[in-house]
Amino acid sequence: MKCSDFLQELTNYLDGVLDEKTKVELENHLSWCHNCYVVCDTTKKTIEIYRDSQLYELPEDLRGRLRSAIMTKCQQQKKRGPQSV
Amino acid sequence: MGAIQNKVVGPVSEELTLVQAAKRGDDSAFEELVRRYDRNVFRIAQHITQNREDAEDVVQEAFLKAYSNLAQFQEQSKFYTWLVRIAVNEALMKLRRRKPERTVSLDEDIKTEDDSLPREIADWSPNPEQQYTQAELREILSKTIQGLPPGFRTVFVLRDVEGLSTEETAAALELSIPAVKSRLLRARLQLRERLGRYFQRRENGNGKAGEAKGSDAKAGDVKMDDSSGDGDQ
Repeated sequence: MKCSDFLQELTNYLDGVLDEKTKVELENHLSWCHNCYVVCDTTKKTIEIYRDSQLYELPEDLRGRLRSAIMTKCQQQKKRGPQSV
Repeated sequence: MGAIQNKVVGPVSEELTLVQAAKRGDDSAFEELVRRYDRNVFRIAQHITQNREDAEDVVQEAFLKAYSNLAQFQEQSKFYTWLVRIAVNEALMKLRRRKPERTVSLDEDIKTEDDSLPREIADWSPNPEQQYTQAELREILSKTIQGLPPGFRTVFVLRDVEGLSTEETAAALELSIPAVKSRLLRARLQLRERLGRYFQRRENGNGKAGEAKGSDAKAGDVKMDDSSGDGDQ
């Protein structure tokens, strides 16, 4: 496997959807190609950092206000009937 | 090094029960659906619009639209995927209104493949995120993802932050599966490259990027625009 092939398969590898044969070839490539190992490792960290970041969490007080606004509008909508969106 | 684990949203069968009750006019069931997904919709909306007020509006408009059109919802797909599609469309409309001079679309062809090829290969410090305070880290992550075109960051957020499958992401964005995969790869590689400026292992210190000589990315620089001229198109 060449470095460009590794890059093509990186997303499938990180998502765990590679077939066994390609996975073995890719891991073999990673065992001796330091650059690809670093790209793979830091890409995985990038995903984990974003996933665990709690970026843009909805604060509870705002959440409550939004929910009650949504439900009020839904009920007004229901009274007006189904056509008027 | 193995595959990453995804976040899982609530069980599908419970979701279907709530949707069917809501369709029969049970507003408390609909309210439960709001409770279940409001955080996700808010995150997605803020990632796309990059604006908190817009994200609040999107949450309200998306749920109201879902409520009004519930009868049209075909139960072959997940309610959540359908809701995400509505929310993404609302968020893109907000973005277009805010940046009318630019075309904002998910299917534009934004960059050539070469732009995503790794240029910077240096390894990161161990636990790089711990070099920064929570607030600094959030600022870094927020600025970094803002530098991606909306079509890229939307795919990244749905797949990697919200944990939708490739198929669900394709359905929610009305994109083909190869298009989702290609955007996801490029988004991941671009984010990796940009985060490297903050997280790279330094040879002359304890690994804190802000202390490295000649570093162009210090903690204090986080407020700088990180879009490098290739942001929203």
